Amino acid sequence: MSDNTSNSGLPDEKDISRAMPSAESLAQSPKAVIECFQEIPCNPCVEACPRGAIKITEGINQKPSIDHSLCNGCSLCVYQCPGLAIFVVGIDRDNPSKGFISIPYEFLPVPEKGEIVDILDREGVKIEEGTILKVNDSKATDRTRVVTVQVSSGLLSRARFIEMKRRTK
Amino acid sequence: MKRQTDIAVIGGGPAGLSAAVEASSFGLKIEVFDDNFTPGGQLIKQTHKFFGSKKHLCGYRGMDISKILLQNCASAGVTINTEACVTGIYGNILAVLYPERFEEVESKAFVVATGASENCINFVNNDLPGIYGAGAIQTLMNVFGVVPAKKVLMIGSGNIGLIVSYQLLQAGVKVAAVIEALPNVGGYLVHSAKLRRMGVPIYTRRTITKAEGDGNTGVNSAVTSQIDPNFNVIEGTEIQFDVDCICLAVGLTPLSDVLELAGCRMKYIPELGGKVALHDEYMKTTRDNVFLCGDVSGIEEAVTASLEGKLAGLSAALYLSHEYREKIEKSRLQILEELRIFRDGPFGEKARKGNEKLVREYKYER
Repeated sequence: MSDNTSNSGLPDEKDISRAMPSAESLAQSPKAVIECFQEIPCNPCVEACPRGAIKITEGINQKPSIDHSLCNGCSLCVYQCPGLAIFVVGIDRDNPSKGFISIPYEFLPVPEKGEIVDILDREGVKIEEGTILKVNDSKATDRTRVVTVQVSSGLLSRARFIEMKRRTK
Repeated sequence: MKRQTDIAVIGGGPAGLSAAVEASSFGLKIEVFDDNFTPGGQLIKQTHKFFGSKKHLCGYRGMDISKILLQNCASAGVTINTEACVTGIYGNILAVLYPERFEEVESKAFVVATGASENCINFVNNDLPGIYGAGAIQTLMNVFGVVPAKKVLMIGSGNIGLIVSYQLLQAGVKVAAVIEALPNVGGYLVHSAKLRRMGVPIYTRRTITKAEGDGNTGVNSAVTSQIDPNFNVIEGTEIQFDVDCICLAVGLTPLSDVLELAGCRMKYIPELGGKVALHDEYMKTTRDNVFLCGDVSGIEEAVTASLEGKLAGLSAALYLSHEYREKIEKSRLQILEELRIFRDGPFGEKARKGNEKLVREYKYER
């Protein structure tokens, strides 16, 4: 009988690895990672994608699928997913050991470009520190800011949240 | 003479407001009666973006959806009475209690959209200050801007427990853990994943047995234990959490008293959360001029409440006027199809099964 925290409320490892884009497609452009692994009645991601890469073919309960060959990592889906389950990952072409992840972020204070933050994995454990590269705080995000942070490319499949070093005053 | 209206809608949440807007397009006088200071029901406390499709205003935050519904009510000429607590329906008379007075309103039809009340569970000292229902926490934080506590233990991992935990974190409140009696998290995985990546543990097969603290200073800790498949506490598995707040998110029960009082035939249906009024698929009860929608017809969520509201509003309009029969019947079929599509997944199973039972019973009763 399990009473540990390790498997409660976390996505399945197999689902996660299937959701990650291949190394070849990541070499072309950043890609969205959709970590939506349950049939729930929801489909705003489909309309969010201007390139038609995200599909739910029947009803609204089907899990979304993404065609990574059509995705250019624009991140419009990141703030439109009500479940905050879409991320964008990319690799720095000039320095392939470095990459970045864009995450939906609904906390204050709003991170600032250049700020150094802790990078957390899916269980909230710090895996490294990274620099904020970009913050999309436009009106369209409706307060689900898209924060892009530098991450070692080897950690792209694990990094999923940030923790600010400063607090709201 | 008593004030008169064509349709009295009881409850101004997503279901009631949707019913009012829908019924107002047929030249009828509609009044909504809501017992709160602000109409909008639970929507006004929902700071997260809603699930569903764009057509159902999903992608918007609940609090913004309530603004849109209220604007629609205003432009449709719907009257909304606030701090108006309906104490009963007697024949065609609605009894309404305001803070300073009592009023009887005569109505030709009624749409009951009273929502639900929160469940409580038994544990030692569950009456200490600092033990709240999830709705109260949301009211304090998101309506009045009051930080409810420093550190919270959340009981229940349904969507409400998960979402309110996330909202607590947004307000700068620590969440020690979420505990869940069942073997699996009850709410959506995407909601639990949000909490987990912020470092909040979720313990399944665990319950709260005792709160510690005193009547003056309130809760200072919560004792929890693992439970076996028969929900018996397993000795020696205690985990104690030092918290100043225990939040209960352990389910809802339809607030159906007013329907029973109105003489509607009732039935206990576990899948729907408790005693509900028998009704047909168009939300008509066993009383020809009483309709219902939203959580009072079975616990679900805001999108289905809103769709059921539209159905109930249309059915009430049809009861009063056959002039638009064809148009109304067509709209009702469209909404039924939208409901079917929404409930088509595993999370809609309870509502599907419960509603099938209800409609079957309704036909039998007729």
